[in-house]
Order: sequence, then structure tokens, then C-alpha cells
Amino acid sequence: MIDVVMPQMGESIVEGTLTKWLKQPGARVNRDEPLFEISTDKVDSEIPAPAAGVLAEVLVEEGKTVAINTVVCRIREGADGQAVAAAPSRPASAPAAPPQPAAPTPAPVREVADEEPAESAGPLSPLVRRLAREHNIDLRQVQGTGAGGRITRQDVEAHVASRGAPVMAPAPIPAMPAHVAAMPVEAPGPPPPPRAEQPKTRLEPMSVMRTRIAEHMILSRRTSAHVTTVHKVDLTAIARLRERLKGEFQARYGYSLTYLPFVCRAAGEALRAFPILNASVEGANILYHNEINLGIAVALDNGLIVPVIRNADERNVVGLQRAIADLASRARSRHLKPDEVTGGTFSITNFGSFGSVFATPIINQPQVAILGVGSVEKTPVVVDDAIAIRSICYLALTFDHRLIDGALADRFCGKVKSVLENWSEQVL
Amino acid sequence: MPSCEVRYMGRIEYDRARAFEQALVEQRKQGSIPDQLLLLEHPPVVTMGRNGRRENLLADEQMLARAGVDFHHADRGGDVTFHGHGQLVGYPILDLREWKRDVVAYVRALEEVLIGTLGAFGIAAGRLHGSTGVWVGDAKIAAIGVHLSRWVTSHGFALNVHTDLQYFRYIVPCGLPRPVTSMQALGSRARLEEVAGVLVEHFREVFGRRMAWRENND
Repeated sequence: MIDVVMPQMGESIVEGTLTKWLKQPGARVNRDEPLFEISTDKVDSEIPAPAAGVLAEVLVEEGKTVAINTVVCRIREGADGQAVAAAPSRPASAPAAPPQPAAPTPAPVREVADEEPAESAGPLSPLVRRLAREHNIDLRQVQGTGAGGRITRQDVEAHVASRGAPVMAPAPIPAMPAHVAAMPVEAPGPPPPPRAEQPKTRLEPMSVMRTRIAEHMILSRRTSAHVTTVHKVDLTAIARLRERLKGEFQARYGYSLTYLPFVCRAAGEALRAFPILNASVEGANILYHNEINLGIAVALDNGLIVPVIRNADERNVVGLQRAIADLASRARSRHLKPDEVTGGTFSITNFGSFGSVFATPIINQPQVAILGVGSVEKTPVVVDDAIAIRSICYLALTFDHRLIDGALADRFCGKVKSVLENWSEQVL
Repeated sequence: MPSCEVRYMGRIEYDRARAFEQALVEQRKQGSIPDQLLLLEHPPVVTMGRNGRRENLLADEQMLARAGVDFHHADRGGDVTFHGHGQLVGYPILDLREWKRDVVAYVRALEEVLIGTLGAFGIAAGRLHGSTGVWVGDAKIAAIGVHLSRWVTSHGFALNVHTDLQYFRYIVPCGLPRPVTSMQALGSRARLEEVAGVLVEHFREVFGRRMAWRENND
């Protein structure tokens, strides 16, 4: 078996990402045939097979980043156990060997012979070779603590210190083949090769979308003076309307009728009444937007996007529901057009659909307010001094206190509440 | 001093240029030709690298086609990028075993060539830590994406000389939400050939190659 390791593609490189396997497990490979691809910085490299044989084992999956000299796969040479000339890329361990560049082609191999004792893992630095020679040390007995089990100067020095005066190398103890690495601990014999410990943490780069969301959220926190006000809204009338129409609606339009388009419609009316919530700050000026373009936050698997319904106040509930369903489905399949995620003047986020009663959303810059819709729940409430069961929802408005004062924000919410509680449109 | 042949190929379609480059890469791997530097300009094309994410392409292929922009997948590092008229594209085909076996050093050297070239035109460009490419302020002026096979390089760099930057609205260049710029946008009136001439001088200095201009005879 030949261990194929993540090659070091340059002096300062400590890890590489395996981007693509060009051969599948069980496939025959020829020596020098491209085996896998790795990526470091902005460079993609094809790594050829160091020997002919069968790709026996793939240890690192595509997309994973591993330290250099990590074993990424194993190749079983030849067919009848007879080793095919594997041409290890570093010279035999002649002490006088010149320093070897760290990244030879083909991929560096760590050969693990089945009977013959193998040399210690990883390439040896000239310094380590010299120290070993001077102290007459058998490097196979030194446990490496460097990257990929490599033997460092400190390892050799520690070994020398633990051994006391230099003596002749003892009879060679067979090095353990890699496949018995999982030997029971009480087994006598040489110390087991360093085992990769289960890491306590995992470092993973943020996706581009994640980076953008992070930047945007921090920018918004820095820009606006966020204040959130929460109003309780009785949606019983709309709940009844929805109950009555939802079957027919689903049958006629092919998507279900939710509470969200009603909230959008009410927000549109309230924004007409309080245009400062549909504005932006431009230097020392207030920029009023004459169009009401509602951003609707859509949760994705690993992120969030806010597509925009243009001129939302000109649409009825059916039109709004259609736009919401269409934008959400295209957001999830990543088919939004660039101009569908820009130009919003006010945003709505529907965290209620995930069970949240109320939350304090962050403003979508350069807007100055965002309305969060909590879950609609049947709740016992007091109506005319009697207890009644009503469909209650909390609406949370986060507003930018630079432009909007609390009283105004509450009047805006009052308007939204009044439209929703006194829903009069019999036609959607 | 090892030599490097320079071929100025003018305007050439992405497909054709890549096929020509690939043929030279094979010859270079066999050692039958010295290092090469191809300099050229592509008609508008968006290319997606191996690590490219579809989300960084902001238009679908039909929209691109309507705008007269081609679309290709490319076997290079890096994310999505745009090439078009007024952009100096360089494809160095070097055997790094005869230079340094170090891909990071290679990418940094390409950046150095580009920074030196821009400096000669009075533009103070630099690196942005953690983001390969060449930057003026926080705007990207040159992109880098490289492929390596047996230490022989292909693909390379793209420097915006007088590129129409409007095209970049179709993509998130290299997957980074940062602006792009060009020499022209920064007030330079340099032409592509002029920039190519200066770049070859900086290439010679940084890579220590004797640059031999060749007529292009593909």
C-alpha cells in the first residue's frame, strides 16, 4: 500500500483543499495519471498518481481542507502483492542526501511497507538527518510531533535526552504498518504512531453570502439608532376570512393563502400615511421614496436574501401573495435577477413562520424601518369584560431613531393594526 | 538566464485562446519549448473557476447572451470573472520547477509584475491581505486565477486597462463584494499594446527570464 499525501505546493503553505477526485475508489490508476485536484489560494493543481495500482481507499472527501502531508488516499500496487516500482519521490535515506524541495512531482508518497521496516513518516530536514547521524539515532524510534507526524529537531533532542549517553542503535524494531494503527493500547512493542486526535474545534471559511450578510448587519448596527416597538394585533377577522377562502384560493392559484400579504397590504397603507418610514438618510437630508417597494426577507439554507415587491401598495392580496410565493421560490432556487434584490424602501420579515412570537429585527440599510411579524396564535383575551379566544399576533417594528421618534413609530403601528383588525376588503 | 517567449495575440475568442494555450502547455510539459507568455484580449466572456459559486453569477446565461457575453467554465482557481475588450489578459506557461516550486510565490510574483506595471503608469496599486489580485484602494484592477499541472502553469491574470466596467454588474467578481476599477477609470489613457510592452519588462525582472518576442503563428 502506498499512502498518498496532501503535497506541499509552496514554502508558506500549511494546508490544501481537495477540490475534486479524478478517480473513484476501486479504479485502476497509472503512474503519473492525474488522481485528484487541490486548490491553494487562487491556484488549482492536478496531482498525479505516484504509482500504478488500484485506488484502494479515499480518506479525504471533496471540499475538505487538510494539513499538508495528511494521507488523502491509498493505492494498492500491482496485482499479486509484488510491489510495482513506486519510485518514491525522495531519495533513499542516505544521510548525505541534499535537502529536498518540499513538494515533488508526482505527489509525495509515504511508503508503508508490509515487512520491511519503513523510515519515519514525512520528509526529514537536513538538520534532523545530521542530528540523527551525530547521535547515532535510529529515526524509526523517534516519535514525530511535527505536521503530519514529521520528526522535528526537538523530537530528536528529546529522544537524545531521554536516552542518556549515545549508544549504538538497538536492533531495528519493525515499524508498524499503517493498517494496524488501531492496535489495542495494552499491546507491547514500540510506541504507536501519532494518532490524529479528534479536534475540539473546526475552522471553516464563511461563504460569500455569509460574509456579505455579516458585513451588512454590522454596517446597519453602526449606521442606525435601532429601537423596537411591539404591538399586539387581533387577526381574528382575517383568520376567519382566510379559513373561508384558503381551499378555493389554493385550488385557483396553486399556492396557499398566508397572513403575510395582509400584513404587506396594511403596511403599504400605513407607509402612505407615514411616508417618513419609507425614506432614507442621505447625509444631512431625508430622501423620501415615492414608490413603496417592500423587501420580503426569505430564509435560505445557509443565509438570507431580501427580494423586493415593487409598488407593493398597488397590489391587492392576491397579487401580493403571488409575488411573495414567486420571489421566495426563486430565491431558494437562486434564480432571482439582480434588480429583484435591490431598491427596497421598507422591509418585512416573517419570523412567525418559524414559531417566534416576537423578535427585534435589524434594519435593512439604507432603509429606516423593518416590520417583524410574529406567529399568529389563538389566545384568551378580554373583550368587553369577557374572556374570548382570538387569533393574536405581535408585530415588532424596528425603526431608526435618527429619523423616526417613538410616538410616530407607534402611530404607524396603530395604523397597521387598525387596517388588519378592521379588514373590510371582501375581495382579495 | 532561461528564456521566455512572448506572443501578443490581439483579440481572440476565449475558446480558441484556451485551445492554443493548452497545446503550448503540453509542449512545455514535454520540455520541447521554453516558458511562454501569451498576451491577448478576449471578446466579452464570463468564466467560472473550479471553486466558483453560482450565486456569484448575477445573471443567467440567457441574460448574458442577450448582452453579447459568452459564458464558460474554466479549470482554474478562483471564482467567477469577466473578460472583455480593453482588458489585458496574460497566460504565462511556466515550468515552476525551473523557477520556484511554490504556487503562492508564483501568485505573489504575478501580483508584483502587475503592481510594477501599474506603477509605471502612475497608478499606485497594491495587494489586499487575504485577497489575491491587485487592488487600487479597495477596488480590484487585476484578477488572478491559475491552474497547475505537473508544475506547469496555465491561465493567469487579467488587467483592466480600459475595460467597460458596466459588464461587471453581471457578476460578483471573484466572489468578493468589492468594486472593480480600470486604468482608464483612474485617469490613464494607456492603450493595451503599450501596457503589454511595459508588463513584459516587469515580467522579465520579476521572473528573471530573457523575454523573446515571437510572431504568433498558431
